[in-house]
Amino acid sequence: MNAPDFTLPIADKKPPRVDHVLIAEMVEAGARVLDVGCGDGELLQLLAERRGVDGRGVELQRDKVNACVASGLSVIQGDADRDLDNYPDQAFDYAILSLTIQATRQPKTVLENLLRIGRRAIVSFPNFGHWRVRAGLLFGGRMPMTDNLPDLWYLTPNAHLCTIRDFADLCERVDATVERAVAFNRNDRRLPIKWSLSMQNLFGEKAVFLLQGDKRP
Amino acid sequence: MTAASPDALASVARRQSEIHAPSSPVVHFDAGAPLRLACQQNLAPFSIAYETYGTLNAAKSNAILICHALTADQYVASRHPITGKPGWWDNMVGPGKPIDTDRFYIICSNVLGGCMGSTGPASIDPRTGVPYGLNFPLITLGDMVEAQARLIDHLGIDQLFAVIGGSMGGMQVLEWTSRFKDRVFAAVPIATAAWHSSQNIAFHEVGRQAVMADPAWESGNYYASGKVPRNGLAVARMAAHITYLSEEALHRKFGRTLQDRSEKTFSFSADFQVESYLRHQGSTFVDRFDANSYLYITRALDYFDLRDNAGGVLANAFRGTKTRFCVVSFTSDWLYPTRESRRVVQALNAVAANVSFVEIESDKGHDAFLLDEPTFHATVRGFLNAAALKRGLDTTERPA
Repeated sequence: MNAPDFTLPIADKKPPRVDHVLIAEMVEAGARVLDVGCGDGELLQLLAERRGVDGRGVELQRDKVNACVASGLSVIQGDADRDLDNYPDQAFDYAILSLTIQATRQPKTVLENLLRIGRRAIVSFPNFGHWRVRAGLLFGGRMPMTDNLPDLWYLTPNAHLCTIRDFADLCERVDATVERAVAFNRNDRRLPIKWSLSMQNLFGEKAVFLLQGDKRP
Repeated sequence: MTAASPDALASVARRQSEIHAPSSPVVHFDAGAPLRLACQQNLAPFSIAYETYGTLNAAKSNAILICHALTADQYVASRHPITGKPGWWDNMVGPGKPIDTDRFYIICSNVLGGCMGSTGPASIDPRTGVPYGLNFPLITLGDMVEAQARLIDHLGIDQLFAVIGGSMGGMQVLEWTSRFKDRVFAAVPIATAAWHSSQNIAFHEVGRQAVMADPAWESGNYYASGKVPRNGLAVARMAAHITYLSEEALHRKFGRTLQDRSEKTFSFSADFQVESYLRHQGSTFVDRFDANSYLYITRALDYFDLRDNAGGVLANAFRGTKTRFCVVSFTSDWLYPTRESRRVVQALNAVAANVSFVEIESDKGHDAFLLDEPTFHATVRGFLNAAALKRGLDTTERPA
């Protein structure tokens, strides 16, 4: 039996993003996954390679969608605010929103949709409660710019930045159970799990939440 | 332009010969196997003319059906027997091309109602011995697809690896995926819509009225006289052709440039290049297309609404589908704009179908799907590669 002479090209050989690696740990093998804001498909590729998932993506930028589809991923051009309404309940095992929620117009509606579409939702976001952000505003008197928030205030696509504490509040408000939450520091190291929420909120640059929606009948 | 000029007569003769004895293979379905049409009539006997490219593998799992648009035909990648021009999708279909004939077995058939060898209004009605004319039953895109399915049966293929088509071809793709859920592994509906809009119908009605207003049309019975409603059909084509382009593309190509003259002539001759271009489009079209076919096929398009057999809800048309979809639209297509493709995508999402959707940036209007658009071609190639991998197609036969 000869192997096919083509394979899905791997985007590049640079090591995968730490939050992507974590998500790949969270996702069960062979699961059905929707990645909202999938960008160039890096996470979908990783999940396909490591977990053998049946993955789909949604991406706003046309050129990124084209690149994804041309590399064999199932991706649609669309956006989290507008296109999630169409998906049926529990259509996926996981609905993932990776570093995107802060750029949506209606983060609460988007999160509710994720929890509806997926049996579980995975959300990662830049933490606006990180000490450098706080310090930037306190001492610099300007909108903070960090590795995670690299854009000037008038150029950033981010409309709804939040802190880890804010996001935890939103999860409570939409009756989502936090099954797991991990924060990463500046050096992409996971913060110790035993740290308090306040400490995570102070030293985490970004966070990944694994959520389950309220089991209503 | 008179119908009696030697050139015109020669073109009529060439067209006649392609109607009754096409240059391509043709399969005849006899009176014992009538096609049940949406209008509740039976059509028998009927013929489907088709071209194939590449080699069907032993498992018969590498067949791709290409569905053509309103005025195209089975000559997707081979020289047209009347015009002598290369195939209409020559840049997409061929060895090493996105729809790779080294890897896949490509089938393209002339639609039912067409005039290149498949049964249509110009074919002989066996009951009368003369061409059907307006006695040909009104057909639908669903009927066209049912006829194609007969061809696929005839070729001994259970499941098509892919069904691909743009414009009206894309509508047939959607019909295929809706009617034959187990027979389509992958589907690529391009620059298309799930139903004909009011504006689409309006443009077609202009075209049909132009044909019917031509005295040479003779209520569809022009075959006996040897004349054809050239002027009417040419005007229909001119009006339609505008809808295939974008304002930007027209402007870039012609602007307000005058044709072979430095001054306006203060007459109604073709002063502007764009006029001359449209007249040429109209006149060359008449040389290769049957006026009644144009009426029937545009009517079939107008009747098209995928919701009809789905209780009025588009998503129901796709319920239970296992097909992998790649929906493609073009930014400057105002005939079947992106929002129409998006509607299809939303319906597919509603049934959790496996769907990709790409909007290609192009200023070339609806016809962009026929042109050399690298991003579009990369999309089709990539999608088919991934689908072939999923289908377990052995692609090592591909020569280096």
